[in-house]
Amino acid sequence: MIAFIPLFPLLGFAINASMGRRLPKTISGGFASLVMLASFAVSVIVVSQVANLAPAQRAIEQTLYTWIASGDFNLDLTLRVDPLASVMILVITGIGSLIHIYSTAYMHEERDSEYARYFSYLNLFAAFMLVLVLGANFLVLFIGWEGVGLCSYLLIGFWFEKKSASDAGKKAFVVNRIGDYAFILGTLLLFVRFGTLDFQRIASAVAPLTPEGMFGTLSVATLLLFIGATGKSAQIPLYVWLPDAMEGPTPVSALIHAATMVTAGVYMIGRNAVLFSHAPETMMIVAVIGAATALFAGTIGLVQNDIKRVLAYSTVSQLGYMFLAMGVGAFGAGIFHLYTHAFFKACLFLGSGAVIHALHGEQDIRNMGGLKAGLPITYWTFLLGSLAIAGVPGLAGFFSKDEILFETFAHGHAILWTVGILTSLLTATYMFRLVFLTFHGERRDAPSHHLHDAPPAMALALVVLAVGSVLAGYAGVPGHNALGSWLEPSFTARSVTTLADAQVGVAGEAGGAGEASEGLEVTLMVVSSIVALLGIGLAFFIWLKRREIADKAAATFPGVYRLLLNKYYVDEIYDATIVEPIRIVSTEGLWRGIDVNLIDGAVNGTASIVDGSSSLLRRLQSGSVRAYAGSLLIGVVLILGYYLWR
Amino acid sequence: MIPLGHYLIVSAILFAIGTAGVFLRKNLITILLSIEIMLNAVNLTFVAFGRAQGNVDGQIITFFVMTVAAAEAAVGLAIVIGLFRHRESLNPDAFTSLKW
Repeated sequence: MIAFIPLFPLLGFAINASMGRRLPKTISGGFASLVMLASFAVSVIVVSQVANLAPAQRAIEQTLYTWIASGDFNLDLTLRVDPLASVMILVITGIGSLIHIYSTAYMHEERDSEYARYFSYLNLFAAFMLVLVLGANFLVLFIGWEGVGLCSYLLIGFWFEKKSASDAGKKAFVVNRIGDYAFILGTLLLFVRFGTLDFQRIASAVAPLTPEGMFGTLSVATLLLFIGATGKSAQIPLYVWLPDAMEGPTPVSALIHAATMVTAGVYMIGRNAVLFSHAPETMMIVAVIGAATALFAGTIGLVQNDIKRVLAYSTVSQLGYMFLAMGVGAFGAGIFHLYTHAFFKACLFLGSGAVIHALHGEQDIRNMGGLKAGLPITYWTFLLGSLAIAGVPGLAGFFSKDEILFETFAHGHAILWTVGILTSLLTATYMFRLVFLTFHGERRDAPSHHLHDAPPAMALALVVLAVGSVLAGYAGVPGHNALGSWLEPSFTARSVTTLADAQVGVAGEAGGAGEASEGLEVTLMVVSSIVALLGIGLAFFIWLKRREIADKAAATFPGVYRLLLNKYYVDEIYDATIVEPIRIVSTEGLWRGIDVNLIDGAVNGTASIVDGSSSLLRRLQSGSVRAYAGSLLIGVVLILGYYLWR
Repeated sequence: MIPLGHYLIVSAILFAIGTAGVFLRKNLITILLSIEIMLNAVNLTFVAFGRAQGNVDGQIITFFVMTVAAAEAAVGLAIVIGLFRHRESLNPDAFTSLKW
C-alpha cells in the first residue's frame, strides 16, 4: 500500500516522459495532476491507518525487497510511515497536487512536448521526494535525496536555452554535491559505528548512550549530515544556489524551492532526532547556523528588487528558523514551521507566479505597483500569505514561528532568540515591502497591459493555499499542541527498554518547556505579535506613505545598501576564493600541467622513444646480404669467443 | 703422419678464404662457391679430428654436411637463376628491396 504513494507519480513520469510529446496538453497535464491526487488519496488512507494505532506503535512498514545482502550486512528497500513521515507525505502530495493543477494553467504557453517534459520532471520529483521521506534507512533516503537534487537541476534549467537558467541549474547541482559528499561520509561513519543504516535501529542504539560532551564520533557524523543538510536546505555556507534557482518556472520554485525539497535537511534532522540530541556540539552549531542564516538572508531580502528573489531569500531565512528550532532541540516546532511554511510560501510563490503571468514575464517590483484592482484573487491570497509569514496573530506562521522563538528562549538561548525576533521584524518588513510595491500605489508597468487575473486552475490552488495559510497553524495551538504530540513518537527511540526511553525523554526535553512557563510563552507571544505588526507598520510607512525615505536611506548609507543589494558579495567571494582557484588549478595545473605534460607526455614519450630507437635500428637493415653475413660472423665470433675465453 | 695442427691450419686458411670470398666478391655464384669452400674447410676439420681421435664420428658428420651442401647448392643455384631472370644481375647489392 505504501509503495503506491511514490509509485503513482513515478507512473505519471513514465507516461509523460515516454509518450508525452504526442499527447495534447490537457491529457499530459491532467494525467500528471491525477496521479498526484491519487498519491494524495493513498497517503490519506495510510495516514489514517497510522492514526488508528496506539501512539507508541504508530508506524507502518513495507519491505519491497532486499536490496543488498552481503555477509552479515543486510539492507532492505523499506518504506515506513510514522507520524513524521505522515506529515511530510501529506504536505508533499497535497501541496504537490495543488501546484500540479496550478502548473497546468501556468505552463500553458509552452509547446506540447515541453509541457509534457515539465510535468514528467515534476512527477519524477514528487516520486523521489516521497521516497526520501518514506525511506526507512539512510540509503533509501539517499536515493530520494539525490533524485530530488537531479529533478531540481532539471527544473531550474527547464528553460535551458537561457544561459542564466542553465548556469543556475549547474550551480544548484554542484553546490548540492558538496553537501551530498559530506552526507555520504556521515552515513558511512554511522554505519561503521553502528553497523546498520536503519533509522530506528540507529536511534535505539544511540538512545542508551550519554550525550557526547566533547567532539566524538556522533558529533562528527551528525555534523557531516548537517553539512549535507546545509546544501539541500540552503543554509550558510551553501545557500548560494537557492536564489539563483529562481530561474526555473515559478511553480517549481513553489514546490521544490519552498515547500518540499529544501525542507529535506530539516526533515533529515527530525528523522534522526535521537541521534542529533546525543551530539550537543552539533546541535549548537545547527542552531547558530540556522539563526545566522535567518538574519543574514532576511537583510538581503529587504533590498532585492526581483519579486521571486525576495521570496527566495525569505525561504532561506525561514529555513534558518527551522534549523534554529532543530538546533535547540525543539524538533516538533521545526517540523511544525516546515508544515505551515509549506502552505504560505507555496501560496506566496504561486501568487508571485500569477503576477508574473499577468505581466507577461515581468519580475522587477520596481515596474509593478497598483495591481490590487486588476488582480483581486492574487492580491488577497498573496496578502493572506504575507500576513501568515509575517507572524500576525491567528495565522499559520504566527503559531509556528512563535513556538520556535519560545522554545529557543525556554532552552536558554537568549542571543539566538534576539536574532530570531529581529529576523521576525525583518520578515514582516520585507514581505510587506513586497506587497506594497507590487499591489499598492500607482501602476508602473506598461499601461497597455491588459491585466488578467489568475485563470481557474491557478485561482483554485491560490485559494486553497491561502485558506491553508490561515488555518494550518491551528494544528499546533500552544497548550493544546496536537501536531507536537502527534510527532512526538518520531523523535524518540522506540522498541527499546523503558529505562532507555526515560533517558531519551530526559535528553529530549532537557530544560524544556514545563507547564510553569506558560506565562513566559504568553509574554513572548505578545512580543512577537508586536514585532510583526511593527514590521508591517514600518513597511507601510516607508514604502507606501513616504517613498522618499527608502531612497534617502539608500542614499545616506550607500555602502550598506550596495552591500545588501549585492548580497554581501558572497557569490563574488566564493568566485574569488573557491571557484577561481579551482579553475586555475584545473586549467594550469591539472589540464596544462598534469594532463598535457604528464599523461599525454608519457604516451607521446613512449611513442617517440620507439620511433627514435627504430630509426637508429633500421640502419642495420641495409638490404646488403654481405652486411647481414658480416653481422652473423661477428656475432658467432663474439659468442664463441665468450665461451672459449671466459 | 701429419700432425693434427697442420690440418687445422689448412682448414682455417680455407675457411678464411671462403669467408673473404663471401664478403669481397660481387657475384652471387662466386659467393655460393665461397660458402662451399667454407663448408669443406669445416669438413676437413671434422675428418681431421675424427682421425686424430681414432673414430668415425667425424666422417659421418662430414657425409651429412656434404648431403646438406649438395641440397643447398641445388636450391641456392635455383634461387640465383631466379634472381638473375628477375633483375638481369648477379650483384647481391642489387637485391635490397626487402630493406626498409
